[in-house]
Amino acid sequence: MKVGVLALQGAFGLHERVLNRLDVAAVQVRTPEELAEVDRLVIPGGESTAISKLLDANGLADPLAGRLADGLPVLGTCAGLILLAAEVVDGYPGQHCFGAIDATVRRNGYGRQSESFHAPIDVEGWESPFPGVFIRAPVIASAGPDVEVLAELDGVPVLCRQGSVVVSSFHPELAEDDRIHRWFIEQE
Amino acid sequence: MAAESMSSRETGTPLVKRGLAEMLKGGVIMDVVTPEQAKVAEDAGAVAVMALERVPADIRRDGGVARMSDPEMITGIQEAVTIPVMAKARIGHFVEAQILEALDVDYIDESEVLTPADEAHHIDKWAFTVPFVCGATNLGEALRRISEGACMIRSKGEAGTGNIVEAVRHLRSIIGDIRKITQADSAELFDWAKQLRAPLPLVREVAETGWLPVPMFCAGGISTPADAGLVMQLGAEAVFVGSGIFKSSDPAPRAKAIVEAATNYRDAHILAKVSRGLGEPMPGLEIDGLETRLADRGW
Repeated sequence: MKVGVLALQGAFGLHERVLNRLDVAAVQVRTPEELAEVDRLVIPGGESTAISKLLDANGLADPLAGRLADGLPVLGTCAGLILLAAEVVDGYPGQHCFGAIDATVRRNGYGRQSESFHAPIDVEGWESPFPGVFIRAPVIASAGPDVEVLAELDGVPVLCRQGSVVVSSFHPELAEDDRIHRWFIEQE
Repeated sequence: MAAESMSSRETGTPLVKRGLAEMLKGGVIMDVVTPEQAKVAEDAGAVAVMALERVPADIRRDGGVARMSDPEMITGIQEAVTIPVMAKARIGHFVEAQILEALDVDYIDESEVLTPADEAHHIDKWAFTVPFVCGATNLGEALRRISEGACMIRSKGEAGTGNIVEAVRHLRSIIGDIRKITQADSAELFDWAKQLRAPLPLVREVAETGWLPVPMFCAGGISTPADAGLVMQLGAEAVFVGSGIFKSSDPAPRAKAIVEAATNYRDAHILAKVSRGLGEPMPGLEIDGLETRLADRGW
């Protein structure tokens, strides 16, 4: 299995490091050719406006939309969540959202950096909480009926799944905890 | 969101502070002096903007004391863009930093580009919730800033010159010493700490991990896509562009080209494509002819 990490901008190196710890061959994806080769994809945290523009610059927007429509399993964290959402509120005009998960997100909904935080996240069926790190994070404002909410923080969804699409408002790549990545690569 | 009385949320921790720097990797942070420039930067794909009253080239030209920017101007830029906004405080001027924190900027640059306020002490950055970036010319300086609480290091270069030579010198010095330290035995690390005038635990951490404990970006003299590619290939994890964009003949396309260069820094074909027809870069300065070397500020 070849797991790609979208490497246009952001914390792609940290995702690679977690995947390598799990003995998974992770490859950086910057071109349509590289995207075509992967079996799964991680879209990292970063600035969603910058990543969105770089998707256009590198000719990746249409190929990525195509792979997502074909059911490519994908993990999107923070900016990755924004790119995978169906609708973005308070976003930058015209920024990509591919609608891979039926959710509306509010960009920077948790506030500026002064309000960035970490908090333990209780995930259904897990023995211990996951250390959630939220950096100028997007809020999942609403989720459609097909979206499975795997974890909430104060009643707001923070980790969700729809089919093979997994998204989080927080950054599992910043935690010394591999469970979300392991679960993503092991799911059918 | 009202965080109190709900889940236990910890703000301003080292991980949360370093986390934002991790999110800026592979990106370009641009100096802007007006909300309009901030929009140009965001439209070009900047990951953050540095709000300041004068770009370094103008600070150099005008002389005099350079201080923190007017809060009104910083607020105007915060309102204009959705990306993080950074601002500069003078070295050692912890009250300017307190004011910037009160303005809710996303990162403070304790910067040698402004006139230092303290000739012996940098700001105690642990005392703040807002994260700090500091400049460094060598590994010892970088580790001293990290020991004071900096969550991001940028190699200094020589701001406002459009000349990349100092940025290259500083990057090579920092990364070269990191390489040497990873080869040192445990006894030699004591001497490294002494020579670098840096805390031993940080020197040991560098020896074990082969990198700084925080991200390292590059600043000072970047004015073309090729410059961005050069410093990224040398090991910088993102770039700051100060005067290089808005002192060029056609800022918007140059800004976009530098953003694309920072992402595709190993692909010479893309670098060639984005370098075409950008107009005149900012006029450059020879380092030997400078009256003031900004990189010498800081201790």
